[in-house]
Amino acid sequence: MSQPETRIGRRFQALREEGRSGLVTFLTAGDPDPDTALEIFKGLPAAGADLIEVGVPFSDPMADGPAIQASSLRALKAGMTLSKTLDAVRAFREEDDDTPIIFMGYYNPFYIYGVDKFLEDAKGAGVDGFIVVDLPPEEEGEFCLPTTAAGMNFIYLTAPTTTDERLPRVLQNASGFVYFVSITGITGTRSANTDAVAGHVARIRNVTDLPVAVGFGIKTPEQVAEIAGIADAAVVGSALVNIIAENLDANDKPAAGTADKVLSLVSELAKGVRSAGT
Amino acid sequence: MNKLNTYRAGVDDDGHFGIYGGRYVAETLMPLILAVDKAWNEAKDDDDFWAEFNHYMKHYVGRPSPLYLATRLTEHLGGAKIYFKRDELNHTGAHKINNTIGQILLARRMGKRRIIAETGAGQHGVAAATVCALFGLPCIVYMGETDVERQAPNVFRMKLLGAEVRPVTSGTGTLKDAMNEALRDWVSNVEDTFYIIGTAAGPHPYPSMVRDFQCIIGNEVRNQIQEAEGRLPDSLVACLGGGSNAIGLFHPFLDDEDVRIIGVEAAGHGVETGQHCASLTGGRPGVLHGNRTYLLQTEDGQILDGHSISAGLDYPGIGPEHSWLRDTGRAEYVSVTDEEALEAFQLCTRMEGIIPALEPSHALAHVAKIAPDLSNDHIMVMNMCGRGDKDIFTVARHLGVGVNEE
Repeated sequence: MSQPETRIGRRFQALREEGRSGLVTFLTAGDPDPDTALEIFKGLPAAGADLIEVGVPFSDPMADGPAIQASSLRALKAGMTLSKTLDAVRAFREEDDDTPIIFMGYYNPFYIYGVDKFLEDAKGAGVDGFIVVDLPPEEEGEFCLPTTAAGMNFIYLTAPTTTDERLPRVLQNASGFVYFVSITGITGTRSANTDAVAGHVARIRNVTDLPVAVGFGIKTPEQVAEIAGIADAAVVGSALVNIIAENLDANDKPAAGTADKVLSLVSELAKGVRSAGT
Repeated sequence: MNKLNTYRAGVDDDGHFGIYGGRYVAETLMPLILAVDKAWNEAKDDDDFWAEFNHYMKHYVGRPSPLYLATRLTEHLGGAKIYFKRDELNHTGAHKINNTIGQILLARRMGKRRIIAETGAGQHGVAAATVCALFGLPCIVYMGETDVERQAPNVFRMKLLGAEVRPVTSGTGTLKDAMNEALRDWVSNVEDTFYIIGTAAGPHPYPSMVRDFQCIIGNEVRNQIQEAEGRLPDSLVACLGGGSNAIGLFHPFLDDEDVRIIGVEAAGHGVETGQHCASLTGGRPGVLHGNRTYLLQTEDGQILDGHSISAGLDYPGIGPEHSWLRDTGRAEYVSVTDEEALEAFQLCTRMEGIIPALEPSHALAHVAKIAPDLSNDHIMVMNMCGRGDKDIFTVARHLGVGVNEE
């Protein structure tokens, strides 16, 4: 099928030309409050994030570990909504028209917003793609196909449990990149063995020419460098979210300099993708 | 909507009842869900599987459960003839065991060696722990922290049966969070684990599989009422949390057009207060826990916590088949408040010498509302799906009576 042309494809093309892998950051929109979150969001490209995943807060994040669950609840408590998340993207796009933005979340908030209206608003705001955890290819008619028709990418998750037999079905309507979930588990918990990940990445590359990003359990610049040696991008989420959690007072108000601390870890992680064996 | 030839054909191959149901799960789980689906499709066509199921239903659970004409209540209400389907007499005191026996037999067939379950009131947790003890499998039960505190006797029961009860503090620490946590466990233990879901909800094939196990209720009623009255009932009434006892009673009668079907949700303090669990009355369609169904949620699609005096009805969703039956109009759904359920609880206890669980007390409250206006030859069957021993402390608190819980 035809691949919608977005900032995601252009960014991976640029990375290929640069001869390195990319860093994908994940933070939850509105965590710990909308202003701090926007400050971090706007600082991500300069700190070295190549692609940005924006976590859409949801009350019941089934595939996430304690760190991202807590970030989602903090954001909701601070009044974050899907509409305000789109506002944040609009604000970001006033300053940056190149860095790809991917919404990552669960289907219900998108569904309740109304799929057609949401896709129109997201496209208008400057969103490039979606990772929707609870939409496997079996439910592609719901959101994946309309997303692609609207000119954005639908990024599929593949897991160690995805068999060779199933993989082509999962990737049939994938675009943008493929997100390999490196462990059988939830976000921010254990880390995968690099050799095992390399095997799975090779399996995916046998089926598709799309770039492959690896996430779940990647926390340090060293781990980023290792993954950068075998995949097109490394995704870091919980480790960044944890910096926010560590800098909150008893009322979930961030200490001064919280945004800088998050961005400084992003800079460290960015060195990881630049140091990997090229 | 066009009239359907049958209401019993669902689900379709992809797990949908109309627009409801489906398989909204993470890719890591998808291969496992497909494996359960495949195993279930083979098992349900296998006479040996059902022979084993029926063996345990008869000799371990104590089925068939009686269909009892509640004479004094019938006289008291002065209208319809009221029968109780006595599923509270099952081993472990509720209908939940019908499902856990079925699912553990499937888990064994699939060679799974570790069982997980979620529970709210603890009835499903006890039923899961029971069948794990029966077959010597380790059992981990996820239970919201709030529920662990308010359902101490069932927590102890599960522990006695050898289960590990893991209190869930994530989210709001209630049944929906327990289900989230069980799904997180499953995604982390994909090789050896089978997830015994407690109601007719979740990703396909769970809603139809759990229904098929619970249909033993309605199938028995068909035979028993024929024997007692020589005809089918005029109406069926059952309470709904997730809706497994109700679908078990309703499903065998869906194509009998003259049988009126009524599901009773928990209105808590009243649907208008927002403090309730009446998903079909006060919710709207959304996607959670692997299926599309009516959910209590905000304008932004965030899931709300329900409230009910009955912990077993305290879930913000409902089985997808009920959503479909509601939209097609084949079944009607009403709601009953905490207060009304408490009154019905006491009425039944004094009038029939049966202490009902707070869950069927909701169904009973609706029976008490409509029965007086029906004629004496109207036959009504209500599912007495659980016994009330577990609820006596809650009831005592609400009646302002001191009972030592220690």
